[in-house]
Amino acid sequence: MNRRMVVQGLLAGFAIATLGNWLPAAYAADEAPDAMIKRLSDEVLAAIKADPSIQAGDTNKVIALVDSKIMPNVNFQRMTAAAVGPAWRQATPEQQKRLQDEFKVLLVRTYSGALAQVNDQSISLKPLRASPSDPEVVVRTEIRGRGDPIQLDYRLEKTPGQGAGWKIYNLNVLGVWLVETYRSQFAQEINARGVDGLIASLSERNKSNAKKG
Amino acid sequence: MTRLTENTRARLAGFVACCAVLLLQACASGPQANPRDPLEPFNRKMMEFNEGVDAVALKPAATVYRKVVPPLVRTGVANFFSNLGDAWSAINSALQLKLHDATDNIFRFNINTFFGLGGVLDIASELNIERHKEDFGQTIGRWGVPAGPYLVLPLLGPSTLRDTFVLPVERRGDILANVDPWGAQGGLYVLRAVDIRSNLLRAGEVLDQAALDKYSFTRDAHLQRRRAEIFDSNDADSSGQEPKLETEPDPKTDSALGPAPVGENAPADAPATTATAPSR
Repeated sequence: MNRRMVVQGLLAGFAIATLGNWLPAAYAADEAPDAMIKRLSDEVLAAIKADPSIQAGDTNKVIALVDSKIMPNVNFQRMTAAAVGPAWRQATPEQQKRLQDEFKVLLVRTYSGALAQVNDQSISLKPLRASPSDPEVVVRTEIRGRGDPIQLDYRLEKTPGQGAGWKIYNLNVLGVWLVETYRSQFAQEINARGVDGLIASLSERNKSNAKKG
Repeated sequence: MTRLTENTRARLAGFVACCAVLLLQACASGPQANPRDPLEPFNRKMMEFNEGVDAVALKPAATVYRKVVPPLVRTGVANFFSNLGDAWSAINSALQLKLHDATDNIFRFNINTFFGLGGVLDIASELNIERHKEDFGQTIGRWGVPAGPYLVLPLLGPSTLRDTFVLPVERRGDILANVDPWGAQGGLYVLRAVDIRSNLLRAGEVLDQAALDKYSFTRDAHLQRRRAEIFDSNDADSSGQEPKLETEPDPKTDSALGPAPVGENAPADAPATTATAPSR
């Protein structure tokens, strides 16, 4: 009896000690998803407002901003895989990498124009409807500026492991989900010309966009 | 409509007949057809036609309009037409039993009409009274009428079978179609079209850059947007889970990242139009 209590006490003490060590770190990493989106949006808006060359539509600057601020918080592999659909599994790692790269350039380039229009907008969060244990949540925001507010929602997943936080894997503008909008276009291309065909037409599109911009 | 001459009527009839023929041809579409878009060949042709009209008439007019008319006046014009729309939105919110939205829309219409110089000034927005756009297609969609196949209409663009059927009702609800202020109805129609198009010039550029296939991009975006408008993502899915389109990809994605099961390549795009009673 006595020995068991000692062992239990020891275990409890050990547990408290280790928890004590871990808890602060865990709290710091467990930023709520809506707080993260708010922080991210504010940072990006501030960066755009502070940099006239982004507002002038300098694509390289926009890509740098996206890479440094946004991409660390996006599961872009999941996003691309979902847009590509079943063919993703058959693609080689190189093909998957090229798909991700080209898709990213396409998105950044098309949205850099929108970023250039930022002036007096601000982001407001709508109430989050999720319980703390949910592994996936939708964060709803609104861009308020001139004219009607623009609905902008994010789908996030909790990354397993300590301190990895939340990652965005889909985006909704005015009720339209980004991944879904690309899915049938990608499927069409893959059905007609295979994964390499899709990569080719993505890179063609990027090249012709680069010429225009 | 009474102003149409016999000649125009005849041409219109011819045009409708052409559409019908195209439509019939389209019904025999290939096995790869998207279940939500059985009329794809017809729709693609219609989109080409619309883009042709847009390129020679509407887009140039809108571009000139944007260049020549000062922003303040353009905002006034846009406000004026939006205000007329608010009245119809109020009726449709009420028909959907969204009483709060209906009240907002009525207030908006009254305030802007009487204190905003007939709608030219959008005072209601300054007062933070939100606009809730609703039309009759949304109303019957809310009450369970499915969207039906995607349909591209001549001149009017992307639509669905449901939204096409309610066009006569929409026309009744259009204040411009019922009252003829200053005998300038035709001119006002044109102005409204140019105003709407001028606000989409930027969007058109983005679409040109973003889309691999402009047709599918427009279709998928339109169908999703209509759906979102009808179910106001705010209250339709309190769990944050998207109704149809979002629940599908997850297993696919997960398996895409994990070990590979047998490949199947039927895109499980169930018609986005199934059982849709008003949510709560």
